[in-house]
Amino acid sequence: MAKYLLLKHYRGAPAAVNDVPMDRWTPEEISAHMQYMNDFAARLEKTGEYVDGQALAPEGAWVQYGGEGRPPVTDGPFAETKDLIAGWMVIDVDSQERAYELAGELSAAPGAGGRPIHEWLEVRPFLTAPPTITE
Amino acid sequence: MDETLLRSLTPSVLTVLVRRGADFAAAEDAVQDALIEAVRVWPADPPRDPKGWLVTVAWRRFLDATRADASRRRREDLADEEPVSGPASGHDDTLQLYFLCAHPSLTPSSAVALTLRAVGGLTTRQIAQAYLVPEATMAQRISRAKRTLGGRRFDRPGDVATVLRVLYLVFNEGYSGDVDLAAEAIRLTRQVAALVDHPEVAGLLALMMLHHARRPARTAPDGSLVPLAEQDRSRWDTAAIAEGVAILQAALARDRLGEFQAQAAIAALHADAPTAEETDWVQIVEWYDELTLLTDNPVVRLNRAVAVGEADGARAGLAQLVALDGSLPRYTAVAAYLHERAGDRATAARLYAEAARRAPGLAERDHLTRQAARLNASRDA
Repeated sequence: MAKYLLLKHYRGAPAAVNDVPMDRWTPEEISAHMQYMNDFAARLEKTGEYVDGQALAPEGAWVQYGGEGRPPVTDGPFAETKDLIAGWMVIDVDSQERAYELAGELSAAPGAGGRPIHEWLEVRPFLTAPPTITE
Repeated sequence: MDETLLRSLTPSVLTVLVRRGADFAAAEDAVQDALIEAVRVWPADPPRDPKGWLVTVAWRRFLDATRADASRRRREDLADEEPVSGPASGHDDTLQLYFLCAHPSLTPSSAVALTLRAVGGLTTRQIAQAYLVPEATMAQRISRAKRTLGGRRFDRPGDVATVLRVLYLVFNEGYSGDVDLAAEAIRLTRQVAALVDHPEVAGLLALMMLHHARRPARTAPDGSLVPLAEQDRSRWDTAAIAEGVAILQAALARDRLGEFQAQAAIAALHADAPTAEETDWVQIVEWYDELTLLTDNPVVRLNRAVAVGEADGARAGLAQLVALDGSLPRYTAVAAYLHERAGDRATAARLYAEAARRAPGLAERDHLTRQAARLNASRDA
């Protein structure tokens, strides 16, 4: 029983095997990809392992405290930002092996030519509540 | 309304339905419906016979659901039959329910969820909140677990160790939500202890009570962890400690030592010390030796190294670490602690910072970061 975040990157992950940008896919390939993602989430709900999933817009802003009585300072977006998150899925699973297995399946989503993208996904464990029994 | 009383009736109501011939999955749903109905109706109109009320309502729900499901087998026939004779006493049946919910074909998280619902009488929503997952996910986890159990016989004896592992997980890995999972685990373990005479059941119950007794002192008002040595021992629950020690002593007297009894013995020695300095570390090391013989678990040997460090000095503790795998959880934190005790504050500060980066939990990480900061600040001064 541990939660993991599966992170998809627009930018910053190592190159995928089937690394064709989405705007070069056929519309049917895009639909097939979306269907795969939806089916994946639906399947995880059925296995009782799904917690949350969201997609993020590629562009945002940097925001910073502007000092007492001043509005927040905004900046960006910066084209050179190395690490750009595209979205995430949170899963609640029995083991790290299971988290990796599911990330592997998600990475098999079809892309150009209907072939798996082999996209690199980042898998990060949540920090947990401390166990009661420690000694 | 006493919700604990209501929930304590759950397993016996469920076993009545199953004994009458209802299949486990459908009966469990019906009992859950009846519990929810009881919460709604009882405050204004409390029944004279709570269990009888629950059985009647749950049985009616079961029949309704079965009739509505007309495409499936004609269960009405079954429902009109005489109750199917089951194992002799109601008590035995309740124990079967524990075995079923902890069945080895279930994953740990499914077994935990099903136990909390079918035996603990918690609602799916309460269980979902306790484990911080959406209610729909928890509902699926539970119905999937019930499907997995589909063909299992209800009257097959199980291994009590599987039940204890599930209860241990409930106790040890709960978050602090509205439902107090630690207290719930203790309640359920007490129930098992009343059903089956086994020293390890008593050992687990004692272990839980001894740790639960320290809970008020484990966290500071700001939520940060307070290590055992720094806890305000006047805040420990002495009644719970006395009960835990008594349960443990009765179990140990039977001379069938097991893992939970040995762990409880260590917890009892800590609970017994009026101050941290008066802890009987020599005896604790001896119990860790027993524990190592029972379970050759590297985490036990790591904890033993800490005890050796207290009993024979930090250098002796560090010597124990050499034989262990450095990637063990909390290895670095233990090494940091022992290095500080041995007087090497620079190494300790570096290791505490590294341990913080590798900590599996937020409160632990913050605690370790503070230790590193404390040592760094005193070195700079």
